[in-house]
Amino acid sequence: MNDSRHWRRAAFVAAALLLSLGSALAASAIAREAPEVGENPAIEHHMMELAKELRCVQCQNQTLADSEAPLAVDMRQKMRELLAQGKSDEEVRQWLVDRYGDFVLYRPPVQGNTVLLWFGPGLLLIGGLAALYITLQRRMARLDAAAAADPQWSAADAKRAQELLSDDSEQGSLS
Amino acid sequence: MPASPAPSVSAPGTPSPSASRKRSLAFILPLIIFAVIAGLLFNGLWHDPREILSPLIDKPAPDFRVESIEDPARMVDRKDMLGKVWILNAWASWCVACREEHPVLVDFARTRTIPVVGLNYRDTRADGMRWLAQFGNPYATSAYDEAGRVGMDYGVNAVPETFLIDKQGIVRYKHIGPVTPDLIQDTLLPLIQRLNAG
Repeated sequence: MNDSRHWRRAAFVAAALLLSLGSALAASAIAREAPEVGENPAIEHHMMELAKELRCVQCQNQTLADSEAPLAVDMRQKMRELLAQGKSDEEVRQWLVDRYGDFVLYRPPVQGNTVLLWFGPGLLLIGGLAALYITLQRRMARLDAAAAADPQWSAADAKRAQELLSDDSEQGSLS
Repeated sequence: MPASPAPSVSAPGTPSPSASRKRSLAFILPLIIFAVIAGLLFNGLWHDPREILSPLIDKPAPDFRVESIEDPARMVDRKDMLGKVWILNAWASWCVACREEHPVLVDFARTRTIPVVGLNYRDTRADGMRWLAQFGNPYATSAYDEAGRVGMDYGVNAVPETFLIDKQGIVRYKHIGPVTPDLIQDTLLPLIQRLNAG
């Protein structure tokens, strides 16, 4: 009886593995049109580096480098042309931002309306750590005051407790 | 030894009123912060990331000079529209939402309020003309933007998109998605009136 249970479990695991492997292979095997490639390899590389940090406005979860949307193809073509004209990285980015807004950049510029986006998490973290620190300090102070006020707790006891707590030797093990 | 559940000390007497106030504050403050963040996120649910705020608002409408869809020999030039308040409507025969807004545009064009110029975006002449013949033609003319370059200058990423442009050629309003009668009544007409007066 035990045997059959083990066999069933093994069969299930094998099936699950095969299914996931199969679907992973299938996904990579889906036929895709070869993406268009420019003629100049240096410009192509340069353009792709820029495109990796730009958002495809049609397929908004993809970068401009990855997306096969017609608009992305057009935008890449335009970027090639701009680079061939000798425009700088900043100028190419600005060209797109002028038409599609800041949203096309994956790194939003640090300006008035994005200050909270950039620094908010950091501020929250610092605020949280500060709150934690203050809480701990207060707690320590409260415990110290209570210990001092406790008639049954003497300074000698406190010293002994401190020694025990900071003792790293085998005597201080928890087992 | 009985485990002590909280760090409350068995000090002589109960905690002072200010201590318990501080403790309730410690509970309330995180709740407030959570509520604020949750509120912001909730509000964000209503923002459609596809409705990119146009950087063209209050900026000059990009220049273009392309063939008209009806006649390759006749050019459609943005500069021709200076001095008039007008609408530029990006459409395509393959666009389903455009069909939805088309009757609205046809009706609006019939009122002869202001000229409506079409921008046939990434389409073929044959398909575009056939579509207009089938569904009506509200456009004074349509610019034939086969490669979508004019569209890219205007930041078009999804048709239909509609621009309201004033007499100086400044873009004053952009709408992404089908134009509705409500939009015309509540937003466009008042704006057109104001622009015509100015």
